[in-house]
Parts: sequence; C-alpha cells; structure tokens
Amino acid sequence: MSETAFAMTGGRVSFEGKPVLQGIDLTVRPGEVVALLGANGSGKSTLVRALLGLTPLSGGSTLVYGSPPARFREWWRIGYVPQRLHVGGGVPASVREVVASGRIARQSRFRRTSVVDRAAVASALEAVRLADREGDPVQSLSGGQQQRVLIARALAGEPDTYVMDEPTAGVDAETQKLLADTLAALVLDGKTVVLVAHELGPLEPIITRGVVIREGQVVHDGRPPRPEGDCARPGHEHQHPHAPVEPGAGPLTGWQGDPR
Amino acid sequence: MIIELLQEELFQLALIAALLVGLCAPAVGTFIVQRRLSLLGDGIGHVALTGVALGFLTGTAPVLTAVIVSVLGAVAIELVRARGRTSGDVALALLFYGGIAGGVMLMGIAPGGSTTKLNSYLFGAIASVTPGDIWVIAALAAAVIAVVVIFGRELFVLCQDEEMARASGLPVRFLSLLIAVTAALTVVIAMRVVGLLLVSALMVIPVATSQQLTRGFRTTMLLAMVFGVLASVGGLLASTYSAKVPPGAAIVLLALAGFVLALGVGRFVRRGRTQESPLSERPKLRVEEVA
Repeated sequence: MSETAFAMTGGRVSFEGKPVLQGIDLTVRPGEVVALLGANGSGKSTLVRALLGLTPLSGGSTLVYGSPPARFREWWRIGYVPQRLHVGGGVPASVREVVASGRIARQSRFRRTSVVDRAAVASALEAVRLADREGDPVQSLSGGQQQRVLIARALAGEPDTYVMDEPTAGVDAETQKLLADTLAALVLDGKTVVLVAHELGPLEPIITRGVVIREGQVVHDGRPPRPEGDCARPGHEHQHPHAPVEPGAGPLTGWQGDPR
Repeated sequence: MIIELLQEELFQLALIAALLVGLCAPAVGTFIVQRRLSLLGDGIGHVALTGVALGFLTGTAPVLTAVIVSVLGAVAIELVRARGRTSGDVALALLFYGGIAGGVMLMGIAPGGSTTKLNSYLFGAIASVTPGDIWVIAALAAAVIAVVVIFGRELFVLCQDEEMARASGLPVRFLSLLIAVTAALTVVIAMRVVGLLLVSALMVIPVATSQQLTRGFRTTMLLAMVFGVLASVGGLLASTYSAKVPPGAAIVLLALAGFVLALGVGRFVRRGRTQESPLSERPKLRVEEVA
C-alpha cells in the first residue's frame, strides 16, 4: 500500500485574519498511529478538521486518500470522532440510533439496514461496553459514556482510518483505559489512527509517531515525546514543545524512519 | 352521529385533510426541531401568504402559487442560514415581514380578495376545503412522506450534527435544501387546516409532546405523528359539533393540552428510568470530576 491516508502540504488556515495554521506539512501513511500534541490554542484541533476538509484551507493543499476533501468519495474509509457528542435540539436519540448512524457512509439511499449493518453496530456497542444501554437516550449518559458512543459510532463504520479529536479529554479513567484497549486492537488490525491529545496517558504505548504543534506550526515530528520531570505530573499544562527544535527546522527522524 | 357525518362529503374532505396534516407536519417537524429550527415553519408560513395572494391576483389556484412562493422562501431562508452571519437573523425577519405585508397588500388589490378570504388562509378554514384542494394536499403529503422514508437516515445525521454529516460524505447542502423545501410543502398542506399563523404549531407541539415520553428518534417521530393525527381529527370533530369553535384554534389548543399532560406523565416515566440505570456509574464519575 503506497497510498497515503492524509497528505497536507503548506496547509494554512486563518480565522478572521488571524493565522491558526501557518504552513503545515503532514503526511500520514496507512498503519501509523499519530498523536497531534500541543497546548490549547496551538491549532491541533483545527489541523484535524482541516485534514478532513471541515475547515477550509486558506493556503496550501490537503489530500484524503489522494483526493482533495471536496472531491473525496470514499468517506466510509474515514471514522471521525469529534470532541463532543452533539445532541441536536432535544429530540431524544437512542445510543443504538447514534451508533448505527456511523454506518451511513456505507449505506446507499435505497438499501434498508442489513444483517451486516446490524452485526457491525452490535459489535461496536460491545466493544465500548454499552450494549446494555443501547435503548437509552444519549442525552441521559455521562460525558465519558457519550465519548464511548462517539467511538462506537466510528467503529460501526469499520473505516480504515480513525480521526479522533481529543478522545481522552474530560473522560473518566475507565473510559481512557477502554479507549486504549480498543485502539490497541485497531492497530493490530493495521488501521490508521490520527488523534489529537493534550496528554497521552494510557494511550502512550500504542502511539508510533508524535507531531507537536505550536502556534500553527509543526515543531516536532517523530518519536512521541515522553513527558519528563515537571511535565510528567498529571494535569500539567503543556506550554512548550518537549523537543528542542526551532520552528521551521526539519522533522526529527522517528521510529518510522523519515515520516514524510 | 359520526356515521351520519362520515356520509357528508364536506366532512369527508375535511377529515382527509386533517389526517394528512396530522401525519405530515409532525414527521417533518421532528427533523426541524432536532435541527433547532422550530420557527422555520412560522417563517415559511408568513412568506406563503404572499403566494396565496398572488394566486387571487392572477386568478390561479392559491394553493399552487403558495407552493411556489413558499418553496422559494424556504430556499432563501436556508441560504441565509447556511451563511451563518449574524446579520442573517435580521435578514430572515425582514423576509417574514415582507411576506405578511406583501400578502395583505396583494390580497387587498386582488379582484376577488376580501378580509374573509384572508382570514381563512391566516387561521384555516377546513370546512371550505374543495376536492381540488384535497388532490393537491394528497400529492404534497405523498411527496413529504417519500422524503422522510427515503432520506430519513441521512436527515437524522444532518439534523443531529451537521459536521458529522459532512465527515460522513453526505451531500449536506442538498439535504439542507431538501428539509427546507419539505417544510415549505408541509406548510402549504397545513395552511387550509390550521392556517398560516398556526402551521408551525402542528410541526412543533406534537414533537415536543412525544419527546417527553420517548427514548429514541424513530419512536419520537412515530408517536408525534399519532399525536398530530389525534389533535387534528379531534379539533375537526370539536368544530363540527359546535359551529362556534374555529377548527384551527381547536386543533392547536388540543395539541397544547396533550403537551401539558405528557409533561406530567413524562416526569413520572423518567423517574422510573433513573432507577433502571446502574447506580454504580455515578460515584465513579464523581471521583474523576474531583481529580
């Protein structure tokens, strides 16, 4: 497989004239487990959204499996896990309904839900241990459980690449552990993962590549940085990149060889 | 008495209209409410009045001109909404005022126009529904139900989370226009029954009632359709028994009464539900929140 999951060259994004991403070069190959790290406001969430075409680029280009997002057609290959579950305007939606909506990119308009769809939804619910809550409205779940619903929705779509925006933010330790186990299984399956994280926590062992973003630029790309000393303290606010690399310098060579 | 009524042609037509409205309005309404666009129906209703008046002015069937104008209005509203500008809010308000004022003005200068006719469209006149109206209403209702059945799955994702819809490769712009146009068709269907000023009530109240009692999206929609039919047929019967009761208002008040009732019942249902959920979840989360 020579194709790349994502390939961004010189990606720029600005909001109301304020630059958020300032020329990002990032290529994600199949099988990589990439963590996008950085302080709040560094642009890491904007970067994943730009990779998917949810935030338009003001400069540069980005490709999803070789196509610009606007012309990409194989969306079933992507499983997006947004930061928060949006529950709309108060109409209840059951856990099962939300998880089943993860199949949407695989379902054609006139085909009814099939046995395969149902099996995928059931195993996704099983994987996040929410099978017993499948009939409950998602609105009644706790934050950690809602995060698990989002992960199950992505799992149900059986994509090749998972894109997760802060899957560990604000969730309980049990959910973090569950997420780490789920991701480990996906990685064994050869799936690609791009996730945004503030700190890696239990996810650390499975990450193959760390990309540190600061002020909209890649300041480290390679081996995931290990928090040391004061930075290793739980709840530490990262205000600096862990690797002493000047902005604009070439990427570090990590475990994967040249990450480009 | 009901059997005698059923043999009257006027009542038959009114009953068909009430049934179709009761089914369609809440079905579309479920998506609209989920999309936080509860007032969309009101906006389209205002614009549709200009369409009705245009019909009188040009001598065409008001229902047909109302369809055209309200669909155009719905598309305009959606385009303004999609831009997401803060000035969009004011732009919508301007469109609504223009719709009502334009309608009243055109109605005034139209040859056959009168305040009575204007009132029958503003507040509904189910008793004056003609066989021709019924054909148009039935065709529109079929279109609305077809949209819900064929596109329901996609519309659910769109109304739940537009960004997720985009990341799933759904045609977000097309679906947004589709739901707006479907709402416009529903407004025209409901126009003769409850009137343009109360159209939105039948799209929103049954859904609000239903969601007090349900746990899933599909069941909410189906139950809302049941409530919609109960209210519209109930209101029609009330107005048939007493000539003093205006059907449109009776339908909406009945729907509201149902909502109040469901609010009480719903509290009861939910209390039972919290006891079902595993209690062990909660203390664990508390610890995390503190940490």
